[in-house]
Amino acid sequence: MNKLSFFSKISISLVLVWLVLFALIPNFLVIISSFLTKGDTQFLLFEFSLDSYIKLFDYTYLSVFLDSMKLAIITTLIALIISFPFAYIIATAPKKFRFILLLLVIIPFWTSSLVRTYALIAILKTKGLLNALLLFLGIIDQPLEIMYTQTAVFIGMVYTLLPFMILPLYASIEKIDFRLIEAAKDLGASKFQIFKTIIIPLSLPGIIAGSTLVLLPALGMFFIPDILGGAKELIIGSFIRNQFLLFRDWPFGSAASVVLLLIMFLMLALLAKAQKISASKEKQ
Amino acid sequence: MEKLLVLKEVSKSYKDTTILENINLDIFQGEFVTLLGPSGCGKTTILRLIGGFEELSGGQLLLKDKNINDLPAHQRSTNTVFQSYALFPHMSIYENIAFGLKMAKLPKEQIDTAVKEALEMVKLSQHSNKKPHELSGGQQQRVAIARAVVNKPSILLLDESLSALDYKLRKEMQIELKMLQRKLGITFLFVTHDQEEALSMSDRIVVMNEGKIQQIGTPKEIYEEPSNLFVAKFIGEGNYFESQVLETNEDMVTLSYDEKIFHLKTKKEPKSKCTILIRPEDFRAERKLEDVKSKNYFVGELENIIYKGTTIDLLIKLEDGKEVIASEFYNEDSDALEYEIGMKLYLYWVEGWEVLLFHE
Repeated sequence: MNKLSFFSKISISLVLVWLVLFALIPNFLVIISSFLTKGDTQFLLFEFSLDSYIKLFDYTYLSVFLDSMKLAIITTLIALIISFPFAYIIATAPKKFRFILLLLVIIPFWTSSLVRTYALIAILKTKGLLNALLLFLGIIDQPLEIMYTQTAVFIGMVYTLLPFMILPLYASIEKIDFRLIEAAKDLGASKFQIFKTIIIPLSLPGIIAGSTLVLLPALGMFFIPDILGGAKELIIGSFIRNQFLLFRDWPFGSAASVVLLLIMFLMLALLAKAQKISASKEKQ
Repeated sequence: MEKLLVLKEVSKSYKDTTILENINLDIFQGEFVTLLGPSGCGKTTILRLIGGFEELSGGQLLLKDKNINDLPAHQRSTNTVFQSYALFPHMSIYENIAFGLKMAKLPKEQIDTAVKEALEMVKLSQHSNKKPHELSGGQQQRVAIARAVVNKPSILLLDESLSALDYKLRKEMQIELKMLQRKLGITFLFVTHDQEEALSMSDRIVVMNEGKIQQIGTPKEIYEEPSNLFVAKFIGEGNYFESQVLETNEDMVTLSYDEKIFHLKTKKEPKSKCTILIRPEDFRAERKLEDVKSKNYFVGELENIIYKGTTIDLLIKLEDGKEVIASEFYNEDSDALEYEIGMKLYLYWVEGWEVLLFHE
C-alpha cells in the first residue's frame, strides 16, 4: 500500500489544497486576529494583546454562550424525539416506499434554508397559514402568537436540522435485525421494554451521529433566531456577525469564534467518547 | 398423559394463498414432537402461530385447555429457539440468558441462580461475559437454547434449530438436545426438513406437505407403516411398484405387476390401484432360484455395487427395465456377498414386510 496510484495522489492533493485554502488558512487568520487589537482607522492593529479574551469573560458575554448552548442542546433533543419515530417508520416501511420517504426527507435540501426560513414566517405569523387552519378547525378561537417567540425559533431550528438527525438514525435502525425484536417478544418483553432494551441500544451509533450533526450547526446558526425570534435573544452566531459587520471589532469577533470552535471540539470529543463506549459495548 | 397443547382445525392463509388447512394436533406433556416436511409445507408457520408471531385465520389454539388465539407473544408461556438464534448482539451471554427472567421482573438473586444453572447446563459457564459473536456457531446455538429454557416454558419451540450447524456438530447437538429434553421434562416441538434428524430425536413425528398433515406417528410407525406415498417417499429410500388390484378376498389381496401376480395380506381398505413399497434393506438377493424363500420375487441383472461400509447397495435392473436398490449387510468372513456386475439375481422379501399403498 506504499505506492499510491496517480489518481489517488491527484485526488488527495486536491482535497488537501482545498482544505488548506478554505478551512485551515481562514481559521488560522481568525486565531491570529483574535490576539491582535482593534484599530480606529484600519480593522486590525498588529499589536499582540489578550484583551479580547479577557473581555469575553464578562457575565453578559458568557450568558450569550450559555444561551446558545441551551438553544442548541434543546434543539437537538427535540429533533431526536421527533426524528426517532420518523426514522423508525421509514426503516420499517416496505422497501418500495422507503426510497420515496427518504426522498421526501431530502427534498427540502434543494431549497436554500434561508428561503425556507422566510417561508416559515408565512406559516407561523399571526394571520398565517397555521393560525388560519387552527381557527378554521375550531381548535383555537384566538390566533396564536408564535412569531418572534422562542417557540418560533425552536420550530425553525428543528425544521431545518431534522434531516441531519433522521438520516443517520434511519441508517442505524435499518441495520437492526428485526428477528431480535421477535426474540425479545418471545422472551416476554412488552413493546416499551423492547424499545428500551433492544431498539435504543442498537440504534445508539445513529443517535450519537445525528446528535453531532444537529448540535454543531445549531450552535452557530444565527439567521433562524434572527428571522423567527426577532433577534430578541442574542446568540453566539449573531454576536460574532455583529462584531465583524456592525461594531467592526475583528479581534473580539475572532476571539468569540475561537471560543465557539473550542466548545464544538469539546462536544465532538464527548460524543466521540460516547460513540467509543457504545461501540465497545456492542463490539460488532 | 395430559394434553398440553391442542391445535383444533387450525388454518392460516395470506390473501388468497392457503398456508395451513385444517390442522388437528394434540401434543402431550413431556413429549418430543417433530414437524417434518419439505420447505414451504407450513411447518414453520405452525410454530409461529403457537409462538404468537402470526394470527390464526381459523380454528383454535388451546394451551392447557385455555384458548390462546388472541394472547400476544410476550404473554405466552412458550419460548422459541430461532433458526438464526437471534441472540442480542449488544448483550453478554449472561445478559442474553437473563433477559426473559428480567422481563418477568424476578428478584436479582433468583435470576442469578437460574442463569448460572443454565450456563452450567449448556457448558458455557466460562464464557458468560463474552458477546455472542465471540462464540462459535455451536456455542451460540447452546446459548439460544439456554436463553429459552431458563424461562421454564410450558412448551419449547425449535425452528430448524440445528440446520445451520455442520454435519458432525449437528449429530452431537441432536443427542445433547434429546438428553436435555429428558432431563428437563419440557415439551419440545421441533421443526425440521431433515428426516434423519426427525427419526433419531422424536417421540412422535408429524409429517406435513402442502399445508396438510400427512401422518402422525412414532418414528417406527412412520418408517414402517407410511400412510401414503408422500410419507413413504419423504422418509427413507424405497422401491416402488405400481400395480393393479385384481381381486380381494377377506384380508388377502391379489395384485398384478408386469405379468407377475402377488398374493399379499393387508388390513387396509383396497382400492383399484396399489403401490407396493419395499425398502432396500428388506430385499434379499440370491443367485439361485432354489434359495429364494418366497413365492413373490423379481429377477434382474446386477448393474452396480455401492460400498457403504456396514452395508453394500446393489443396483439391479429388473426384467422390465426398472431399476431397484437392495441393501445387504456386509460380512467380511462370508463370501455370500461376492457379487459381479452383470450377474443374474433373484430378489425376494419376507412376506408382510412390504407396504401396500392403495390409491385410485
